[in-house]
Amino acid sequence: MDTAIPSLTIGRVREGLLSRRFSAAELAAEALRYAQAENPKTNAYLHFSPERALATAKRVDDQLARGEDPGPLAGVPVAVKDVILTQGVRTTCGSKLLANYVPPYDATAVIRLEQAGGVIIGKTNCDEFAMGSSTENSAFGPVRNPVAPDRVPGGSSGGSAAVVAQGTAVVALGSDTGGSIRQPASFCGVVGVTPTYGRVSRYGLTAFASSLDHIGPFSRSVKDSATLLGVIAGRDLRDSTSADAPVPDYTARLDGNVKGLKLGLPREYLKELMSETGDLISHGVDVFQSLGCQVREISLPSTDYAVACYYIICTAEASANLARYDGVRYTFRSQSSDTLSDMYRNTRGEGFGAECKRRIMLGTYVLSAGYYDAYYLKAQKVRALVARDFANAFQEVDAILAPVSPFPAFKLGEKVDDPLAMYLSDIYTITGDLAGIPCMSVPCGTTAGGLPVGMQILTRHFDETTMFRLADAFEQAQRG
Amino acid sequence: MKITEQEVRYVAGLANLNLTDAEVARFQADLDGILEHIGKLNEIDTSNVEPMAQVLFDAEETATLRADVPAPPLGSQAALANAPQPGAGYFKVPKVIER
Repeated sequence: MDTAIPSLTIGRVREGLLSRRFSAAELAAEALRYAQAENPKTNAYLHFSPERALATAKRVDDQLARGEDPGPLAGVPVAVKDVILTQGVRTTCGSKLLANYVPPYDATAVIRLEQAGGVIIGKTNCDEFAMGSSTENSAFGPVRNPVAPDRVPGGSSGGSAAVVAQGTAVVALGSDTGGSIRQPASFCGVVGVTPTYGRVSRYGLTAFASSLDHIGPFSRSVKDSATLLGVIAGRDLRDSTSADAPVPDYTARLDGNVKGLKLGLPREYLKELMSETGDLISHGVDVFQSLGCQVREISLPSTDYAVACYYIICTAEASANLARYDGVRYTFRSQSSDTLSDMYRNTRGEGFGAECKRRIMLGTYVLSAGYYDAYYLKAQKVRALVARDFANAFQEVDAILAPVSPFPAFKLGEKVDDPLAMYLSDIYTITGDLAGIPCMSVPCGTTAGGLPVGMQILTRHFDETTMFRLADAFEQAQRG
Repeated sequence: MKITEQEVRYVAGLANLNLTDAEVARFQADLDGILEHIGKLNEIDTSNVEPMAQVLFDAEETATLRADVPAPPLGSQAALANAPQPGAGYFKVPKVIER
């Protein structure tokens, strides 16, 4: 086959299939071979799904032979984060507890992307139950950043960002609760999108913090993320929080014309950003100005309280959601227990890794008798203030520009012993999740050491269209 | 200290989480630092703020409800397929009641 897998886009796959340069089955086989050969460099895939991939590819080829449209993702090799359920294909959540778990049903996003012709070739590594910012919390070993192998890819969707950066998948699905799509996208130099809360069904996404969890795309171009989001978005009766709002064609207005759009720069985000990351972000802001956007400073005054607010809400919800892993239903059970209560305690003690235990402990503590009002209720009120900050800002501007992370990819092992420092570095991404607004990371250049830095773009609820238009124009301007 | 060793052990009990002594010491120190940071929230006045439990809360209360139509369930075979110890169509657990 004369196609280099790492250079593929959704558009190139489509063109290759329609011109009969290759079949979907040939592409799937080649993509699987290539991904399996390259994977030892990063440990980004946990396992592959050849049977499922080849079955979908054959269906696409049959549809093409009959002259039918096989869908907007026809034949595209896709990777799926291993917290998203795939029927018959092992789904571990990066946890020893679920090392052998084979889901009995598919996530809605998985069903939709396969109906659109997407070919799932494997499941990607991640922090255990999506808890972490470096993918070092996986029970199956860390992922190496394809751009700099001694560094982390970010997290928790580090595997999905890495396979797209490495070229072992064309696009990927990740999940984001506090930055788990945007931060690894920034660290690996790819596009990563967290849509509006409720835009994509969470059915079949293993629950971490239900009021904050999102599924979203990774890709090497803005257009491919726009296409993939269009496929997976929309109301799903199996998720009562999925929104009943029309899904526009996100690719329709990617024409590079963003003249006159008003952009806000939050002063609270920039005050401490003086590193190379800060220089790249301010250069990126200049690019938007040269495209005819009007940039002004705005204020998001509750920013200083967002990390504390987030780590109360997410751990409280996690402690409830993770209660189900008790040794009864989900594969792993401690063998050293004579009584039911010992079985619960030992299964969880032996099964969960350190970060999950830490968050279960914090979440249980803040919900426990006497502390609920002081912590959980207080955090929900602060969350309302964070959301109000954005609502006020969007009275003045159409979109907000911000950094994704205070620093580029750090070295493996560099921050594992300081959980609070790791939490504090999520400051620029958790605010978007708390408010539930769409936000994404788009590549914004590299440091002198060659490490990628992402620019974050945030817009109003359900206005992914403006976010994609800006990101696409920015991407085109950077390519020159 | 924001949290004592005794409280750590109590919370671990609430969470059904068996911790080693080393883990208890580690989490006591970690939680102490995190709770110290979380104490920042006392600086902010929220006396007239409604708590926010969900993002898209401004929709009609019934907007998220689907029609109550029966659909085929997963079935016990599929539901039990991942059980560490299935038996006779049930999840088996260690004995709870002595004879």
